[in-house]
Amino acid sequence: MQDVLQHLINGISYGSIYALIALGYTMVYGILQMINFAHAEVYMMGSYASFYAAKWLGIENSPGLSTLAILLLTSMISCSILSLAIERFAYRPLRKAPKINSLITAIGVSLLLQFLAQLFFGAQPRAFPTVLENQTLWTFGEVALKTSDVTVFGVSILAMLGLHYLIYHTKTGQAMRAVSANPTSASLMGINVNRTIAATFVVGSSLAGVGSVLVGMRYPKIDPLMGMMIGLKAFVAAVLGGIGSTMGAVLGGLIMGVSEEFVAGYLSSTLRDAIAFGLLIGILLLKPTGLFGRATSEKV
Amino acid sequence: MNNKFLKNVVFTLVVLTSLFGCTKKDNEILIGEYGALTGNDASFGQSTNKGIRMAFDEYNSTGGIKGKQLKLISYDDQGKPEEAAAVVKRLITQDKVVAILGEVASSRSLAAAGIAQQYKVPMISPASTNPKVTQVGDYIFRSCFIDPFQGKVGAKFAFDNLKLKKATVLRDIKNDYSVGLADVFVEEYKKLGGEILSDMSYQAGDVDFKAQLTEMKSKNPEVIFIPGYYTEVGLIARQARELGIKAILLGGDGWDGDKLSEIGKDAINGQYYSNHYTTESTDPLVQEFIGKFKTKYKETPDAMAALGYDTARILAEAIQRAESLGSDKIRNEIAKTKDFVGVTGKITLNEFRNAEKGAVIVQVDNEKRKFITTVNP
Repeated sequence: MQDVLQHLINGISYGSIYALIALGYTMVYGILQMINFAHAEVYMMGSYASFYAAKWLGIENSPGLSTLAILLLTSMISCSILSLAIERFAYRPLRKAPKINSLITAIGVSLLLQFLAQLFFGAQPRAFPTVLENQTLWTFGEVALKTSDVTVFGVSILAMLGLHYLIYHTKTGQAMRAVSANPTSASLMGINVNRTIAATFVVGSSLAGVGSVLVGMRYPKIDPLMGMMIGLKAFVAAVLGGIGSTMGAVLGGLIMGVSEEFVAGYLSSTLRDAIAFGLLIGILLLKPTGLFGRATSEKV
Repeated sequence: MNNKFLKNVVFTLVVLTSLFGCTKKDNEILIGEYGALTGNDASFGQSTNKGIRMAFDEYNSTGGIKGKQLKLISYDDQGKPEEAAAVVKRLITQDKVVAILGEVASSRSLAAAGIAQQYKVPMISPASTNPKVTQVGDYIFRSCFIDPFQGKVGAKFAFDNLKLKKATVLRDIKNDYSVGLADVFVEEYKKLGGEILSDMSYQAGDVDFKAQLTEMKSKNPEVIFIPGYYTEVGLIARQARELGIKAILLGGDGWDGDKLSEIGKDAINGQYYSNHYTTESTDPLVQEFIGKFKTKYKETPDAMAALGYDTARILAEAIQRAESLGSDKIRNEIAKTKDFVGVTGKITLNEFRNAEKGAVIVQVDNEKRKFITTVNP
């Protein structure tokens, strides 16, 4: 019983990271109907940005809340700038072209970033700075709840609440929803479509930036190819929850995290990836739009 | 097909061969090396490469071998078996090397060994410990011990020296080295009277091991054997401590990389692994090697650097002894290597083309590796 609880804690903590990254995929899809494969690499670049920032500021060995805040901010800002550049120079020129063109461009950008990172940062894995002192907050028999678990979950929830507020309670959010529903009509209503799309990229990639610091904190190893697998899983989570739906992305991420954890703990870790993609196939067979994806629903 | 067309083809071929075929100079002996210079376990490839280059530079500065300079051609296989096979083919067919050095990882050595054997070019692996590597054929050698020996060393050390009777195993299921080592450990540990409580797996590249570790924790092991590579081991150690697992962690030579402590931090301190050599050795030869390496590269040589150095020297000595630069002649001389005094011990190649030599057990102490004991075959 106790290890079930421990597995659940581990799974939710990992799943909330999937959810953060899945949100980026789902938001861009919701507004552009395009799968932004470079998202995983933006995430990877975020972790390198915070890695170098910590080195430069000399805070790599001074864990604390201020370090966490500084690294989160650096990562979010650099991810935003990078994804703005990608949107402006790679995707925007292709917006009127068939969807498949931007999809292939996205794959190209993704590979470009992977190899640039190998070139400039080296292919060796790096050790991510210690962000928070990892203490045991609460024990229940053998079950330990760690600072890192709580921080990962807490920061993810905060980020998601922030996103919810942004989408449903601000002008920008309203514009995003309008563009997502119909870009042409939205522009006729006086909405700056380009700016709204750029804002979507900024928000989505900031969440990836948050995710990258949280992952670095829990699994202090970063390398240029770190985005590949987690990006793929997060994408599966987004599809699982219904791509285009923010609620779905969060739930999809958590389902993925928890089910992977249980499979690796009780069956075999070799089945870990199989279960992720097996879940995807299962859901798509039963409900092709994903858990929350409804053709009529508002997509952002 | 008319005559003119044929003539054109022949002409083009002649031009092409004269363009690509003439890179080799007469006063050079070309030797190929392949390794992971980039990728997840790049530290292995880079260290080996440094060791090899240092050995060759030493020969070249004293007049070379047979009056010729040793020229090393190194290719990066990015840590991928298919890439290893491709670059070895290139070394043999395009660069026309007389012998090949590499790889550290058994999976990659296995992928390339078939090609070296097919073209009958001798290959010496500095550090692939999986027995299958040299079984590929009579042109494949290694200058390190093999997993059955290393696995026994680990099992014996855990059971006899540390007096730990209950173990769990966490192996990298995609890695020939790790699987082989884990199998031997399990067999040997049971034979000694120990108990294997659970045998679980992960895959290289994973970052989350808490599921497996949580499962292990419920079994309460005294020692966890992790025959993996240093990047994953660092993360495993941290997560094990986070979950409150107090068992001793034990591993093989795959732990030997500078990132082990950098990633594992305090969690990896005090844990043990078997290795090829120790920097704490009092052997003057070893100390001289460490000194020279430090002046050249400004870092302390790890086991892979030492093995690379020894392997390069074994090959150079064999070429020196061979009557010509024919691959078969060099192969025969490598096979005759006996009592070669290297920094990783006295090396004799047996009839299975494996090195017979001892292993050391070291304990991680931040950046340092404390020497614990030597185990001879």
